[in-house]
Amino acid sequence: MTLADAKYQYLLRMGDNALILGHRLSEWCGHGPILEQDIAITNIALDQVGQARSLLQYAAQLEGKGRTEDNLAYKRDVMEYRNVLLVEQPNENFAYTIVRQFLFDAFNFLLHKSLVNSKDEHLKAIAEKSLKEITYHLRYSSEWMIRLGDGTAESHQKIQTALDDLFIYTGELLTPDAVDQTIFEAGIGPDLTALQAPYQAKIDEILQQATLQKPEVKYMQSGGKDGRMHTEYLGYILAELQFVQRAYPNMEW
Amino acid sequence: MSEKKNWPLWEIFIRSKNGLNHKHVGSLHAADAEMAIENARDVYTRRMEGISIWVVESEHITASSPNQSESLFDPANDKVYRHPTFYNLPDEVKHM
Repeated sequence: MTLADAKYQYLLRMGDNALILGHRLSEWCGHGPILEQDIAITNIALDQVGQARSLLQYAAQLEGKGRTEDNLAYKRDVMEYRNVLLVEQPNENFAYTIVRQFLFDAFNFLLHKSLVNSKDEHLKAIAEKSLKEITYHLRYSSEWMIRLGDGTAESHQKIQTALDDLFIYTGELLTPDAVDQTIFEAGIGPDLTALQAPYQAKIDEILQQATLQKPEVKYMQSGGKDGRMHTEYLGYILAELQFVQRAYPNMEW
Repeated sequence: MSEKKNWPLWEIFIRSKNGLNHKHVGSLHAADAEMAIENARDVYTRRMEGISIWVVESEHITASSPNQSESLFDPANDKVYRHPTFYNLPDEVKHM
């Protein structure tokens, strides 16, 4: 694998994670449990769509085939998407949304903390801007994990169920493949194996405060970031996300 | 966390920049003080309105009663001498 190929894939993965999770969160707009949380979740959605723009713009530039960030977002089909399986999981209820966010934020925070030292100046600049936003996202989702876990019997049970269901999607976050390895060796991104311990430490710290049990998972799901497979949900997300551009190609507002 | 069905109401104060006072900007619901600050950040500082947030649970604010406004505020009506408007200011003094 050439470094140029690896960089393009790496940017797609990061951009797709931000885009798909941002889209998922945007589905809460107008449906939040209370007004204040409706605004909070929508703010995070906007942060992530903004990050997706910067990342996919850079990916398109690296690819060098004249595509734009909009082409990448609106004209790739399911099997060309490179987001991790975790971010495409449905909102279900507030507990699932918070657990999904927390499990992703804890990873995304560690990733961006490393990327601010990237040898790639462009990625470094994106990471510096995003890190401030992600630091807040992690604070927000951590606080909610604690409140729901250590809240009422019902909130505890709901968030434990969500955690039990979603934990199998955390494996691929920090399992390096050829792309991650090439990026690490070029000094552009972190050694993912070195982030595994801090990731688990953060999870343990918050789960302990939240009085939640870490699920014992024997088999982790994977396949999202390397494009082997996605869950059935991504197709529905793209159907909604891409509808206007598919129905009216190249239309503008 | 409280057993009450509704979260308590919090009054939000924002300082827009250093040197200025915190100003009351509105109120919102939150389960506790930390969450009130997060909610205030998301509701009231999305457009760079502030650099500092204070939150106070509304029930801790003691307010004057509208019924008492006559006795509290009307007596100041005819005390013009309390305004510093009877001095001749030299032209050299600006911004007064």
